[in-house]
Amino acid sequence: MSSKPTLGVFKFASCDGCQLSLLAAEDHLLGVAAEVEIAYFLEATSHIQPGPYDIALIEGSIITSHDAERIQQIRRDSKFLITIGACATSGGIQALRNWADCNEFVRSVYATPDYISTLATSTAIADHVQVDFELRGCPINQYQLIEVIQSVLAGRRPRTPVHSVCLDCKRRGTVCVMVAQGTTCLGPVTQAGCGAICPTYNRGCYGCYGPAAQPNLVSLTGQFESSGVPREQVVDSLRNFNGYAPEFRAESERLEASRESTT
Amino acid sequence: MTERTIKVTALTRVEGEGGLYIKMQGDAVEDIRLEIYEPPRLFEALLRGRALEEVPDITARICGICPVAYQMSSVHALEAALDVTITPEIRQLRRLLYCGEWIESHALHVYLLNAPDFLGFESGLEMAEQFPDEVNRGLRMKKHGNQLLEVLGGRAIHPINVAVGGFYRAPRRDNLQTLIADFEWGLEAAIETTRWVAGFNYPDFTCDYQLVSLSHDEEYPMNEGRIATSIGESIAVADYESEFEERHVEHSTALHSLRKKTGETYLTGPLARVSLNFDRLSSTARAIAAEIDMAWPCFNPFQSIIARGLELIHVYEEALDIMRDYSPPRPPRIEYSYQAGESCAATEAPRGLLYHRYVVDADGKVGDATIIPPTSQNQAQIESDLRDWVPYALSDDEAATSRRLENLVRCYDPCISCSTHFLKVKIERT
Repeated sequence: MSSKPTLGVFKFASCDGCQLSLLAAEDHLLGVAAEVEIAYFLEATSHIQPGPYDIALIEGSIITSHDAERIQQIRRDSKFLITIGACATSGGIQALRNWADCNEFVRSVYATPDYISTLATSTAIADHVQVDFELRGCPINQYQLIEVIQSVLAGRRPRTPVHSVCLDCKRRGTVCVMVAQGTTCLGPVTQAGCGAICPTYNRGCYGCYGPAAQPNLVSLTGQFESSGVPREQVVDSLRNFNGYAPEFRAESERLEASRESTT
Repeated sequence: MTERTIKVTALTRVEGEGGLYIKMQGDAVEDIRLEIYEPPRLFEALLRGRALEEVPDITARICGICPVAYQMSSVHALEAALDVTITPEIRQLRRLLYCGEWIESHALHVYLLNAPDFLGFESGLEMAEQFPDEVNRGLRMKKHGNQLLEVLGGRAIHPINVAVGGFYRAPRRDNLQTLIADFEWGLEAAIETTRWVAGFNYPDFTCDYQLVSLSHDEEYPMNEGRIATSIGESIAVADYESEFEERHVEHSTALHSLRKKTGETYLTGPLARVSLNFDRLSSTARAIAAEIDMAWPCFNPFQSIIARGLELIHVYEEALDIMRDYSPPRPPRIEYSYQAGESCAATEAPRGLLYHRYVVDADGKVGDATIIPPTSQNQAQIESDLRDWVPYALSDDEAATSRRLENLVRCYDPCISCSTHFLKVKIERT
């Protein structure tokens, strides 16, 4: 047996895009594969090895009771557990069910709802087990993923920024779309990591890296509303790929509650 | 009669997670199921009430491997509902974006997921030890696809630049010109890929397919066309739901796509596309097809990998043509105003026909959404093919049997993450 650290990649409710980032890191893929023993990665290899695993990468959110049990076993089997992507770190887009009647959702999609077994909520992995590191993004940034894997191998903390997208726009020299064009942009409250892509393409950030450190959401949503964006749309803008992240969730629920109290 | 059950609990090298369940009575297959335990994310329900501008961003998240396909089918359907006509320049740019996704997805499947089966490896990474040049060629091609998606879409996975009406921003001419040299190399690499895979050993196994794909008079099918079938039909996309239906089949809990009138299964994807649109492949793709001397239409599912090779040649060649003549469309996005309506569209995802239908209201909100992914359409066909393949795959060695069954499933490049219409299958045995 090899003495290299073992890596497991595990999928829950997700689109596969984050684990694909590992395969999309073409220039680094064979290098990473040389440093670790890939022990469990269904998308990439038929070689399946039982735990324990030195590093577990977890993609996806928990939406079935079976998965809620499966993550417990993976936690027991894993030394260092890293969640990758918005689904794993905040519940993902499928967490929109958390504000809806999930049974009604199921009935509207499936002709025979009895065959469907799913939980009423989509929750982050950290709601179920202790997580050692969270890598944000919808999808994650492959360079950040490589950095995280390499830092764990080297026994140091990963260097991933927690500042907002705004700072990255300034670094890139991108003209602010909110100031110059009046475009709604979540950049001021969203964590960097994507490279501040959307504003360079003439559109506002839609928050796929989740809340930045200490985001001032009340101020930003107030700004949106005073520039004429209907409250319902402000709520929806927070409720997408990271809608159930605590800061985004609290603000969208605050806005919704105050709308109800005023109407 | 001895009863025997074969289970592949976790299919590997497919996108998303599923299993396989087969029950035998003696030599006869009693039950066969491609099991999907991908948890239901309920996209069609969560889209209701959202602004139509968000639809391409949200539906992209159905699949991390083919997000562009979901973006394309959704924007075309929404534009039809809004009576928006895009310019030929925007249309070209969308084809170019789709070329990027086909390259990325096909190169991934050919080299990392499928070729290891033919050469006896457990993964592309393991294959790289003995075939480093081939695997590096595949990775480099995959990277080209991703680079094109990054330039045009902003990033390779879940691109941010696709809008209802066009693009948020058109790339500059020089952004695309810098890719041309790599794509010239890539076209040669695609030719080598096709020659390489054509030399694999293929089982002598054919299925009685009804092939289904989009078809267009002037171009290889991608963003639009009518639906062609191998029994000679030409169906308007608007009639999709009256010709094809998802049905609950007795003794099975999976939604199966079938021909509505006859209940027959059908096959969508590269094998169907090449077979039904061979004369619209690029000249180089046709020349290489002639060189490898293979008959089309093809009814051997294992040879889908050759169809992917020919399509790689085609999309590299088409991408080069578009990039060489490119000048940024002005405007990059067509303005529209909201109106209530309902419309549908189908485009060709790398793994087959992808159908979307939306109802929108006068405030630009989604009232209803229907999404039918290619793997969902192929599922009944995959099960039917497995039934025919069992006699070839069966041996006393359980692991070898499972592997051979799994080999067939992988040929369709199933994308189980696209689980909008998959059911969790319960195994109930008495």
